[in-house]
Amino acid sequence: MSSRREMLRVLLGAPFVSLLACDETPAPRVPDGELLGPDLAFGHRLREPLPREAWNDAPTRRISVAIVGGGPAGLSAGWRLARRGVRDVELVELEPELGGTSRSGRSELTRYPWGAHYLPLPPASYADLRGLLMEMGAYRSGAPAEEVLVREPEERVFFRGHWYPGLYPFAGASADDLAQLERFERLVEAYVGSFTSPFVRCARDHLALDRESAASFLDRHGFTSARLRWLAEYATRDDYGLGLADTSAWAFLFYWASRASDDEDVRDGAPVLTWPEGNGAIVDHLAGVIGDRFRTRALATHVFEDPTGVHVLLLRADGTRERLLADHAILALPRFVAARIAPELSLSRESFDYGAWAVANVFLRERPDERGFPPAWDNVLYDSPSLGYVTATHQRGRDLGPSVWTWYLPFTDADPDEGRARLFSAEHGDLAEACVRDLRRAHPNVDACIERIDVWRWGHAMVQPRVGFLRGGARFDAPFVHGTIRLAHSDLSGLALFEEAFFHGARAADDVWNELVGNPRDESAIAPPRAESPT
Amino acid sequence: MAEPIAPSDTVNDVGNDAASGTPNAPTSASLSPGATTLLFVTVLVIATSGLVYELLAGTVASYVLGDSVTQFSTTIGTYLFAMGIGSWLSRFVKGDVARRFLEVELAAALVGGGSAPLLFLGFARAEAFEVLLYSLIVVIGTLVGLEIPLLMRILKERLAFEELVSKVLTFDYIGALFGSVLFALLFVPVFGLNRTSLFFGILNAGVAVVGTFALRPLLDRGTVIRTRVIAGGIAALLIVGFVRADELTTWTEQDLYDDPIVFATQSSYQRIVVTRHDARTSLFLNGNLQFSSVDEHRYHEALVHPAMSAAARRERVLILGGGDGLALREVFKHGEVREVTLVDLDPAMTETAARLFADLADHALEDPRLTLVNDDALVWLDERAEDAAPFDVVIVDFPDPNHFGLGKLYTSRFYRLARRALADDGAMVVQSTSPLFARRSYWCIETTMRQAGLHTAPYHATVPSFGAWGFVLARESRFEPPTELASALDGRLRFLTNDVLPSLFVFPADMQRVEVEPNRLNDQTLVRYYEAETRELER
Repeated sequence: MSSRREMLRVLLGAPFVSLLACDETPAPRVPDGELLGPDLAFGHRLREPLPREAWNDAPTRRISVAIVGGGPAGLSAGWRLARRGVRDVELVELEPELGGTSRSGRSELTRYPWGAHYLPLPPASYADLRGLLMEMGAYRSGAPAEEVLVREPEERVFFRGHWYPGLYPFAGASADDLAQLERFERLVEAYVGSFTSPFVRCARDHLALDRESAASFLDRHGFTSARLRWLAEYATRDDYGLGLADTSAWAFLFYWASRASDDEDVRDGAPVLTWPEGNGAIVDHLAGVIGDRFRTRALATHVFEDPTGVHVLLLRADGTRERLLADHAILALPRFVAARIAPELSLSRESFDYGAWAVANVFLRERPDERGFPPAWDNVLYDSPSLGYVTATHQRGRDLGPSVWTWYLPFTDADPDEGRARLFSAEHGDLAEACVRDLRRAHPNVDACIERIDVWRWGHAMVQPRVGFLRGGARFDAPFVHGTIRLAHSDLSGLALFEEAFFHGARAADDVWNELVGNPRDESAIAPPRAESPT
Repeated sequence: MAEPIAPSDTVNDVGNDAASGTPNAPTSASLSPGATTLLFVTVLVIATSGLVYELLAGTVASYVLGDSVTQFSTTIGTYLFAMGIGSWLSRFVKGDVARRFLEVELAAALVGGGSAPLLFLGFARAEAFEVLLYSLIVVIGTLVGLEIPLLMRILKERLAFEELVSKVLTFDYIGALFGSVLFALLFVPVFGLNRTSLFFGILNAGVAVVGTFALRPLLDRGTVIRTRVIAGGIAALLIVGFVRADELTTWTEQDLYDDPIVFATQSSYQRIVVTRHDARTSLFLNGNLQFSSVDEHRYHEALVHPAMSAAARRERVLILGGGDGLALREVFKHGEVREVTLVDLDPAMTETAARLFADLADHALEDPRLTLVNDDALVWLDERAEDAAPFDVVIVDFPDPNHFGLGKLYTSRFYRLARRALADDGAMVVQSTSPLFARRSYWCIETTMRQAGLHTAPYHATVPSFGAWGFVLARESRFEPPTELASALDGRLRFLTNDVLPSLFVFPADMQRVEVEPNRLNDQTLVRYYEAETRELER
């Protein structure tokens, strides 16, 4: 028991263990389930790669475009090329399945997310992404389709023994709390217009905010209300896997202000689109358009250019080797991988920190007891280290009986390596127990309802927009294109959002296509518009 | 302590000719006058509880099976016959009559006392309820039939024959009077069926204990102790049942309903309660009245026939909700109907209906033309193949939208999916709450249907149990409300006539359209309207 408690302390942090534990009662048996995650052993072969000469005898295939990476950016690039009619494309992915952190799972009952689970309706100015949504049938007749708009009730918060509607716990809030909330909302409104999606279209007039933390920004504006600061930190943990003290104030405001604009349908804040499998629905659609022009379980260990073209050296899980020789390559990989396999590009890894996350899918035989506001799509626990859970069956309307809950736990350590170490020191039982203890606060009999808990460990779940993450605009200015090698990943924006991954994937694909058909190059595809040096 | 313990074998089990008495055992001659009086009181109690068990069996049977005349006559007939069996069997009790009498008392306490809870539980769980019912009646009847003959044999030494017969039968019939009067006027109204049954079981156990005192001279010490311990155990069991009857059935829940609850179950989806009083059967889901048999014909005729009459054809019908089978009954009144699909979320609802409302629904749920689906209607419509054959008529009959889970079944998304299932020249109808008491809710539903691209004809009917009740008839293209009922219905309806039909589409001033927002999945305005209007009504 004591080692289990120790493990929980390591996982959740000391203050939360006492908060979550019911120490008097012996904990029921931890539910069974699988421990899942990226193939670390295979991926870690990048650390000591074979020399390039090892491919001298390997078969070579000549293709037009190689896409390295099958996450949202790579899939967006592949989708765009397929829509442009470019056929001679091959997408390679290390994992057995496509989708990256938008992957999803499926049970007999429902599909469910393993990572990203929603998309705010993009502004009308982001026509490309709206076009994708139209193609998916998620946006039609000038409005988002009713079935993908989050079904009411959208969210609720568990606070002092009861569920309440919305995310802000209004119950027992003082006049000062409410005044601060209103003042905060007004303050955010002032920034609407400066922030938009995608990131590269944001105005440059608030870049100085990147030099301070969200916590200091809130201090400076006199926001002391514990509830407001909890809500603010919930937002940074949810979107960036970071606490207020580590999040860039610019990124903090981006979260609040980028989802409203003057467009008619997002004036009151962008409505949220979701599917039972979360963003798995989007990546599956993209993969469907790409068809069979991809291969999985293929690790690209080297990507370099020479006069004959771009070489992509592949290692298969069975140890066989292959060389793709392409006219163009799109490197749709997170920076920590891209910098390693394409050293000639001299990609900076500085300030690219990645947060660790645990995601648990809880398979329920039936819904457990609870008190207060009825179940919502997003169910948040006040003062919990977790982000609560999302109900996979909510959107389809199955409100009773069996369900799947997806529970998210970000490791928000100041040092991301420490969080990763904590995550990987935990076994399935540790993470499942942390999850059940968290849920038990709001649902005392949840143990009896759980059939199985599968847990996914994301070591590098998302890039983190820490204080200074723009590095004085360096990220704004970093080139997207290196010869015939194009970069495409949400890392280029520093925000792990689907909108950013899609933007860079589609942009890289368009740049390749322009060159293939002899169109003039769109200069904005090479590098973002130059920034004035921020003050 | 000083009393020697007689080895029971030597005392009890010597076979004696019944006619010659039992020389080895003490006889009733050794009973004190006080004990004799006590035994007559016992007759009274036995007679009362015997009659109560009989009435309980008849009442439970008529509650849960309906048709009280049949149930009472068959249960009483069986019961009296079983008493005859008991009386006849009493001749085979040779020797140690006192001990046998106490054993019969204990058995009657356990089986009779537990009878009502056992029958209710059996009805909720067992397939062959009638087998359980009649077995119980036979067992209880036999035990009760044994009681009086045995007691008379105990008393026969004490009294002259004519006095014995006169006194015992007098107390027996007085007990019967007590039983029948108290049962109807006191026990069922105050205790409910379960507690009445348990209470008389406790009395029977008490009789056994009293018997150990009154018959003490006739009993050996071992029998006295054993009887008291077993009686104590049975009484304790029944008392626990009595105190915790809430969990057995619905003691407190009964307060919520005017009529006696005859069936209650908690399914995964809802609380289903059926009450019955005389000919009135009512169904409640989560405490909300779904129908009362007194006027459900008004509701179901008004729900079904305008749509059936408006549709171009009536061959394929879809009912969403309506697991009670009553809308289905109306649908089958149209001879052209070839296939009906009924989608109701809760298997417990359709199973309850098949057992409890079979007569009321004219056995519609047993019709071979019916395909029964237990699924969420929204999910079912969503997952239905887009090219599946459309329905000529779609009847939507859900409980009122008092929570988000029901509200979703009144959204534009839902009506779009329902439209997909509807033939171009078909007709659809939606039960839509009360345009009088929930006016915004009613017009919200109508507005939402129009938002989903349907053309609508709102109408209403008076259903006394509910008040002024609203429906919305809808079709794919613009249409005039039907002015004539489908000809197959001639003379078969109790509420709707061709004269009445057009009047349903006329709205008095206080029920007319109000401007409201449509109900969408992502805002569920209807649930808020309905909640607000219900609150206003309760004020």
